[in-house]
Amino acid sequence: MLLNQFLLLSAVLFAIGVYGVLARRNGVLVLMSIELILNAVNLNLVAFGAFRETVGGEVFALFVIAVAAAEVGVGLAMVLLLYRNRRSIDLTQIDQLRG
Amino acid sequence: MTELFTIAASTDGGGLALGITEGGNWFLRNVWLIPLLPALSFVGILFFGKRMPRGGSELGVAALGIAFLLAVVTGAAWVDHRDDYHGEEVHRAVVVHDAHADAHADAHADAHGHPSLAVHRTATWFQTNGVEFTIGTLVDGPAVMMLLVVTLVSLLVHVYSTDYVHGDRRYTHFFAFLSLFSASMLLLVVSENTLQLLCAWELVGVCSFVLIGHWWEEKPNSDAALKAFLTNRVGDMGLLVGVTVLFFAVGSALPDRFGSFSIAETNALASSGALSHTTLLIASCCLMAAVMSKSGQFFLHTWLPDAMAGPTPVSALIHAATMVVAGVFMIARMYGVFFEGFQIGGSSINLMAFIGGLTTIVGACLAFVQRDIKKVLAYSTISQLGYMVMALGVGAWTAAMFHLFTHAFFKACLFLGSGSVSHAVHSFDMKSDMGGLRKHMPHTYRTFMIGTVALAGLPPLAGFWSKDEILVGTGGWGLLGGTGGNGAYTLMLGMGMLTAALTAAYMTRCVYLTFFGEFRGHGQPHESGPRITVPLWILAGLAVVAGFVNLPKGFQMAPGSLQERFGHFVEPVAGYFPAISHGTPSWSLAVVSTLVVVGGIAASGWYYFVKVEAASKVAGTSLTELPDGPTTKYPLARMGHTLLANKYYLDHLYNEVVVDGTKGPVARFAYRINQQVIDRTVDLVGETAVKAGVVVYEKVDQLVVDGAVNASGSASSATGEELRKINSGKVQSYAAILFAAATVLAGVLIVIV
Repeated sequence: MLLNQFLLLSAVLFAIGVYGVLARRNGVLVLMSIELILNAVNLNLVAFGAFRETVGGEVFALFVIAVAAAEVGVGLAMVLLLYRNRRSIDLTQIDQLRG
Repeated sequence: MTELFTIAASTDGGGLALGITEGGNWFLRNVWLIPLLPALSFVGILFFGKRMPRGGSELGVAALGIAFLLAVVTGAAWVDHRDDYHGEEVHRAVVVHDAHADAHADAHADAHGHPSLAVHRTATWFQTNGVEFTIGTLVDGPAVMMLLVVTLVSLLVHVYSTDYVHGDRRYTHFFAFLSLFSASMLLLVVSENTLQLLCAWELVGVCSFVLIGHWWEEKPNSDAALKAFLTNRVGDMGLLVGVTVLFFAVGSALPDRFGSFSIAETNALASSGALSHTTLLIASCCLMAAVMSKSGQFFLHTWLPDAMAGPTPVSALIHAATMVVAGVFMIARMYGVFFEGFQIGGSSINLMAFIGGLTTIVGACLAFVQRDIKKVLAYSTISQLGYMVMALGVGAWTAAMFHLFTHAFFKACLFLGSGSVSHAVHSFDMKSDMGGLRKHMPHTYRTFMIGTVALAGLPPLAGFWSKDEILVGTGGWGLLGGTGGNGAYTLMLGMGMLTAALTAAYMTRCVYLTFFGEFRGHGQPHESGPRITVPLWILAGLAVVAGFVNLPKGFQMAPGSLQERFGHFVEPVAGYFPAISHGTPSWSLAVVSTLVVVGGIAASGWYYFVKVEAASKVAGTSLTELPDGPTTKYPLARMGHTLLANKYYLDHLYNEVVVDGTKGPVARFAYRINQQVIDRTVDLVGETAVKAGVVVYEKVDQLVVDGAVNASGSASSATGEELRKINSGKVQSYAAILFAAATVLAGVLIVIV
């Protein structure tokens, strides 16, 4: 089995996700980029699981999906509240915690 | 010392008979319960008294009531023990003068039937350097007698006090210390060794101090308390030295011991002749100083009249019936030491008899010039204590103990009676505030009269029997067959007779001024309540009958089985006690002493009841003395009166000559030392310290410590200033740092692994 292709695809996904998190100003898009990062990790987990012929990888991936669903739920709720309060979801403008 | 050792070694372990036993009745072995009860009551009253409905007095009365019942049972047990106990006698494996001790003990036992073995019980108190100090009880005749007297008088005084000090601001406090006093006194009388006796002796002194100064807000009261305490300190030094001397003296006679405080051993060794006469004389003189202060003997008696500043129940309990006889009791307890030390068995005049005889006259004379009814009784107490000490000094041990016994009752009765009077007229001054009280206070009047007659010594009341026994004991009455056992002390007989006349006379004066004539005070005096009159009647009853417990030997009107009962049960017949010889009573002496008393009453009565009464009628008011009496007519009488009114100038001597004479130079010397040595040293130390402080402040504090603190402060401030730039509040810049850090760490991981 060719592991490298999966890992390369995963790395690309991860890099795109990181880019999205750091570069996008829209809160919803940042959340989506986080999903990309998580799915890159899931891909890795499933690939390694298949490579080593254990079920552990899939189990971990399932956990990550469940947690990610919860995380997106909380994240979208936050974005919604942000929008209601400020009429904007631009993350660069939210800097009240500046020291 | 070496001689003693060789003798001890040569008598192959022959033991010295101590006349004590470790067995006996349960009540005699556990007599420590009696002092324990009032001690517990003291603690209880101190902690819970204020919360109790009657301020803690119920606890004191209950404790003393139970203690009295225990004492009665103990007394009954002792009577049984004295006649029927044939238990094992304790011997100590030492001895010294071979045949002497045994012969002594045998002669003793033969003379009085079987010996009275004292019940002895000890426990180790503490141990140091191989010397064991014990605490315990030695129960014999005098101890049991004292237990009965102390618990009874204390119980009655407790009951009396619930009325007398009712509503007082320190009511609870008063009862607490009354209980502590009872506990200490009971501990004193059962003490097994001199160290324990010393502790109890000091405890009763402290209680006396506290109770004299009960109303300390008034200066004279606290002065009187201090005077009592400090005068007693003088004597207590003597006790301490005497006890120490005896400790080492006994140690030198016991080959395997370092020393011993045991009263039985000390007495037994002293009686056996194992201790040198000089040592015993020194110890006796030291102990005598303690007796002089505690029992108010001339010339350390001056505190006792001032002690009347305390509440009257205290005067009755402590300064008449119990504590002041502690000195007399101590002589009685250590009689072996005194007997040999002062050679009481010979007929030469010794220190103890002389001081006692002198005190008895000196005290009686002073009683004539007092206006304060309690001071009359105080001087009377001094005089009667002198009687007891004199009796002990001439070898009439039993007579002295008997007089102690009867005196406790009638003097407590008189004191409580004077308290009842003052309760009614709110004063102690006989001349300005009393007179004619017999109509207003019938119970107090009757009990006071009984006490007076008993004190004066008219038959058949208690004082007559004990006084007569002392006079017999002096052995000075050669006429018609009355001889003493220890040789003839004619001088002491004369002193005793003179005092009998004086006592009768001053008590007649006191009774006239208080109860006869017309009332000179203000308001309407009224009889006291039952809690005051019932104790008075009990004591008056005892003052009537107490004398019958020791009817003289050969007294034709009583069967032989009732004669000398007191002597039989109280006098120890044991190895630790010297052989007491008894005088032969004589009718002629009894008649003459009674006539002397009647003469005293008649002389004083003629002056007051006839002359003063007549002068009062002429003057129309109640007089207290003749306007043209002997002191106004004769210069010699006036000088005598002045001398007595100034109490022989003894207080002046102590305050102005002794105290001031010492105080001035000592104070000046101390001032100089203070200014030139101590102050200078203190100043120097102070200045050096200031200089050192300045250096430390400038160099160490300012530069090093403050520098370090400031530097760390500015460093963290600068760091913070830099770091706040990173804290932009922008989520994505944080994420960037996070990813950068993760990347770096990943790189490091790859490089390392």
